[in-house]
Amino acid sequence: MLNNTFCQVPGIGIKTAKLIWQRGAIMKTLGELLLKKEPFSEIVMGNTALVRAMIESYTRVITSYPGSPTPEIAEAIRAIPQEKRPFYFEFSTNEKVATEVAYGAAVNGHLSTVFFKSVGLNVASDTFVQLNHMNIIGGMIVVLGDDPGANSSQNEQDNRHYACLSYTPVLEPASPQEVYAFYKEAAKLSREKGMPIILRLTTHVCHAKEKVEFEGWVPRALDKTPRFDAQNGPYIPMAADVFPMKRRALRRLDEVKDYANRSPLNQVVDHGNKNRGIITMGLPFLSLMDVLERADVKPDVLKLGVVYPIPGNLIKEFLETHAEVKVLEELDNVVEKEIKLLAYDRQLASKIIGKIDTEDWIGEYTPDKVYEVLKKTWPDMLPDRKVHSVAISDVPARPAQMCPGCGHRSAFHAIKKALKNTDITVADIGCHTLGYLPPYQVGELMMCMGASTAIGSGMSLFNDTRRVVVFLGDATFFHAGLPGIINALFNKHRITLILMENGTTAMTGHQDHAASGRNFNEAADKIPLRQTLEGLGIKHVWEIDTYQQSQLAAMVKEAMEIDEFSVVIARHPCMLKFTREQRRKPGHQARRVDIDQEKCQRIYECIERFGCPTFTRTDNGSIVINPDLCIGDGSCLQTCPSEAITKPEAV
Amino acid sequence: MKAFNIYLTGVGGQGIGLLSEILLRGADHAGLRVKAVDTHGLAQRGGIVVSHLRFGERVYSPLILEQEADLVVALERHEALRGVQTALKDGGILIYYDTVWQPLDVRLNRKEQVSEETIARQCEKGGIREIKVFKDDLQDARMQNVIVLAHIDKHELIPNVKQEHYLQAMNDLMQGSMLEANIKLFEEELKAAAFLG
Repeated sequence: MLNNTFCQVPGIGIKTAKLIWQRGAIMKTLGELLLKKEPFSEIVMGNTALVRAMIESYTRVITSYPGSPTPEIAEAIRAIPQEKRPFYFEFSTNEKVATEVAYGAAVNGHLSTVFFKSVGLNVASDTFVQLNHMNIIGGMIVVLGDDPGANSSQNEQDNRHYACLSYTPVLEPASPQEVYAFYKEAAKLSREKGMPIILRLTTHVCHAKEKVEFEGWVPRALDKTPRFDAQNGPYIPMAADVFPMKRRALRRLDEVKDYANRSPLNQVVDHGNKNRGIITMGLPFLSLMDVLERADVKPDVLKLGVVYPIPGNLIKEFLETHAEVKVLEELDNVVEKEIKLLAYDRQLASKIIGKIDTEDWIGEYTPDKVYEVLKKTWPDMLPDRKVHSVAISDVPARPAQMCPGCGHRSAFHAIKKALKNTDITVADIGCHTLGYLPPYQVGELMMCMGASTAIGSGMSLFNDTRRVVVFLGDATFFHAGLPGIINALFNKHRITLILMENGTTAMTGHQDHAASGRNFNEAADKIPLRQTLEGLGIKHVWEIDTYQQSQLAAMVKEAMEIDEFSVVIARHPCMLKFTREQRRKPGHQARRVDIDQEKCQRIYECIERFGCPTFTRTDNGSIVINPDLCIGDGSCLQTCPSEAITKPEAV
Repeated sequence: MKAFNIYLTGVGGQGIGLLSEILLRGADHAGLRVKAVDTHGLAQRGGIVVSHLRFGERVYSPLILEQEADLVVALERHEALRGVQTALKDGGILIYYDTVWQPLDVRLNRKEQVSEETIARQCEKGGIREIKVFKDDLQDARMQNVIVLAHIDKHELIPNVKQEHYLQAMNDLMQGSMLEANIKLFEEELKAAAFLG
């Protein structure tokens, strides 16, 4: 549980801040830096700056579910030893649960924060849309990691729509320094009004690095008093109470409109241009400033820090003082519509240029994209882009791959042998999604977290000819997979589920889950997958390590012949995680397989069907091992028909 | 100082992150104003990792405009060519570690592997200074980044950033045997490079 000894932690005097490089994050002394009482500056990414802002704001409860671009927030939290953390943190089982835990803490009086990726808000939405109907006495910040450009998400949805839907204000920083400052402002506002505030980050704001100036921090004793009082409510949105609750939500939003007009987070860049102005926000502002370096005559720029509700008076003034105003807005036209509404209501005559064509709705507003958008808007403003003389030839694409030794690879190689061409395979979210790529091409459709079982159930209806096999990872099983499984059982859908158990949340950076044996803070009993499934009453459950390829294939065949819901647990620990842990152990000995060129008959099973990236094709058609990649797991040995792959040996 | 843009690229697992941090902190020690961002969708799983580094007073976005990088640093041959084509300006500099991690289509025999000659030819076309680096007795692939760093230092590829700054940055980021091994390799490679001219 939350330990309050941090209140007595003496100041950590670090003269030189050594930042330890580990697992792609700067660890250890980062933890000391984040707790520094004196003001300091340090090069950090936006996600790290956020953690310092949470500490300075006395945020007491932080929750999350892992998802890019936000996991580094948790990595920075991990850098602070648990007993020194001035807050409680957990990875919850999914985003909805995380939101509920943070809300519960906040109505008990603790300032709380939940963070997750863009599409996480879809999962959390049932709870999220209610938040502003409540009197959140402690204050609550929802940090969204939106992903324009769909760098690591299944879409690039614009979560500002959820803000309009739920009457929740949105602050949008553009840089790590602003992430820090905007969070502190959001915390103040949220606590003052007892309402939720969204801090909307985007991928390259989360991951941008710059030197951030931090203020000092005075540790404050934790007030543990549970301050929940039903008198602060109503907290039950039913019947006659719903309208007053909605009225209060709308009234608060009106108050934030006033705040927006005087907020220090909005900014005007005055180039003395009476003709042209640009209204923008977030990372696109930085792209714009870079692009404007090339313009002889620069438009004035109004950068919104409060993007919902919009600062009406400020915008009115900007519109009145410029003949033409471009709304430079990434993704959807949320702010554009608000501005046009305002101009109509206030009968303003200036020309407002919003999105011009479909392309303006698509992709991240990088400097390149902004150049293109502005060229389309005002062709005379910018010089034509220079094209360099290097020819653009076809460099082979490099899609993400399952790692060397990955248990999923062995599983797909085996399962493919159990499948007929007509069978339908449904994938879910996680590393196993990569099975859709050649050479496996297992998993022909995918939607979102936990959807595979129910989609497969639907595909089995009226279907007596094509068998349906669905895949699900173990973290996703707990996140959103269970309802689909229970439905398949309850409604007697005749499909086979292959549960890909690797013991971790691999794709997002190896966070523990309910079957890992640890939570973020301490050891926790594993929730056993097999007993859980059997406890539900599933009669047909098999379990095997995926390196046992022929047995796995046989089990899948058997499972698919049963005319009821069946499950095969295909398990193997994540080998990326395992190999990293092994390398850190003293006396670790690297191992590798080799290929006996005498025995090799160039059947190419290893490279073309098993497909481990270690196998490398030479000019003369022989296959060799890439010593940089092979981890010596030996899972490939069984795949070679001519037994040319030698046993892993120490190197 | 005019903005100086570095596009750092390679394959997940090659140690791009550490090299990027060393260059970033080295530039900071040299007194430059820095901005950077790593772009890594699913990088851990053998995809491409790119890091943008931008130094200078009038730099806003952490992202470099296409074909406007002054320097491309690549840790793999295919990514070197991709970097030259997408990121590098005419007359820029390419430094790359000449190892090959074959992309999927090469392994499946659907595409040709990129050759050193192709890269040389393209560089010539764009008036690009090409520096190829390789060390054949390197024990740990994850230290290829330090070899590249030594050559970045030797050729003084980043204006104003000197050896002491890189060493300071390494000192900030690492400790113990990892720090020792990296500094030793860095210094040995510098000596060897000086000997070769």
